[in-house]
Amino acid sequence: MASEPENNEPNPIPSSEAAAPSPLVAALQREHAEWVTDVIEAFGEITVVVPREHIVAACSFLKAAPDTRFDFLADICGADRGVEEEPRFEVNYHLFSTTKHHRLRLKVLLDEEDTHVATVTGVWRTANWHERETFDLFGVIFDGHPDLRRILLPEDWQGHALRKDFPLRGYEPYSLK
Amino acid sequence: MGLENIIAEALPEVLTTRLDSLINWARKSSLWPATFGLACCAIEMMNATSSRNDLARFGAEVFRASPRQADVMIVSGRVSRKMAPVLRRIYDQMPEPKWVISMGACATSGGVFDNYAIVQGVDKIVPVDVYIPGCPPRPEMLVHAVMMLQEKVMKDSARDRRDVPEEEAREAVPPGTLPVTDGSSALKEALEQSRPYTIASRHERRRSS
Repeated sequence: MASEPENNEPNPIPSSEAAAPSPLVAALQREHAEWVTDVIEAFGEITVVVPREHIVAACSFLKAAPDTRFDFLADICGADRGVEEEPRFEVNYHLFSTTKHHRLRLKVLLDEEDTHVATVTGVWRTANWHERETFDLFGVIFDGHPDLRRILLPEDWQGHALRKDFPLRGYEPYSLK
Repeated sequence: MGLENIIAEALPEVLTTRLDSLINWARKSSLWPATFGLACCAIEMMNATSSRNDLARFGAEVFRASPRQADVMIVSGRVSRKMAPVLRRIYDQMPEPKWVISMGACATSGGVFDNYAIVQGVDKIVPVDVYIPGCPPRPEMLVHAVMMLQEKVMKDSARDRRDVPEEEAREAVPPGTLPVTDGSSALKEALEQSRPYTIASRHERRRSS
């Protein structure tokens, strides 16, 4: 009896199963059910986990479809979930629509042995530098990228600085001599 | 200013002095800094030339954007590993005589940035004459450092401050960073094979010998 009033109160953070899926997620699922492996809704933000092989198709659809219109790629960032985690790496695509004013985050999970993901520079040209940054700091290789070079670290740097197993002080003290 | 009257009365027409003293006196009275503002210390460096602190009183207010016109490099801020070869190249481009002031905790020792991205002290790249502590140091401390440098300049000898001969300078290796490796045998080989990064300037070699 005591739990009934609690259940009737609106939950501020609805779980993905209980609440109706967001129209953005529904549009994705309607177009291609395989594009959505998981949906995480938290703090008013929607994150869709997309299989690696479908990321370009999903991005192209989200950019072109009339009710999504994600014409602006706000950011691409990598993340290292830890050496012991499997899958270890993730690549996050932060999308924004300048006409509809809604946001969506796509997430691709990558194994440590195979950190390849297709480039989305063909969809949004701004992805070029974002992907270079993710490659530079996490070692994620974007297949088909026109110019995958380091962008922040020195060109002759070895390793990827934001990986969890990269020592904070680097491998050796810096010296020109 | 009336100064001429006093000098004319107080001094004889001919003075005898050492050539070094005369040259050093001229040099210390117009130290032209190269702008090398790298971080927040640069704000204090700019302030040192303002009307309140007036670095011009000591002849060091003419910040030059070109290293070829500068005498002092004031390294103000943290030096990243990517900036290190650039800094060294600018130092190499400065003609003798040249001095370096390491301004602030970061340029001196890396400061709070004890990580892979920041060089732990600019003295790993260029010879430093005066270190300034502080985070950031006050403009007065920079003025004090310039005055300390002036004292040091007075002890110099013009013989130590000649430019590197042209043919030696031509052999210098273009700046680049050493690869960061895990200290394996490949690294040792690379270190043995690598040519000196850049030739030491004359007073650097004199100092180390």
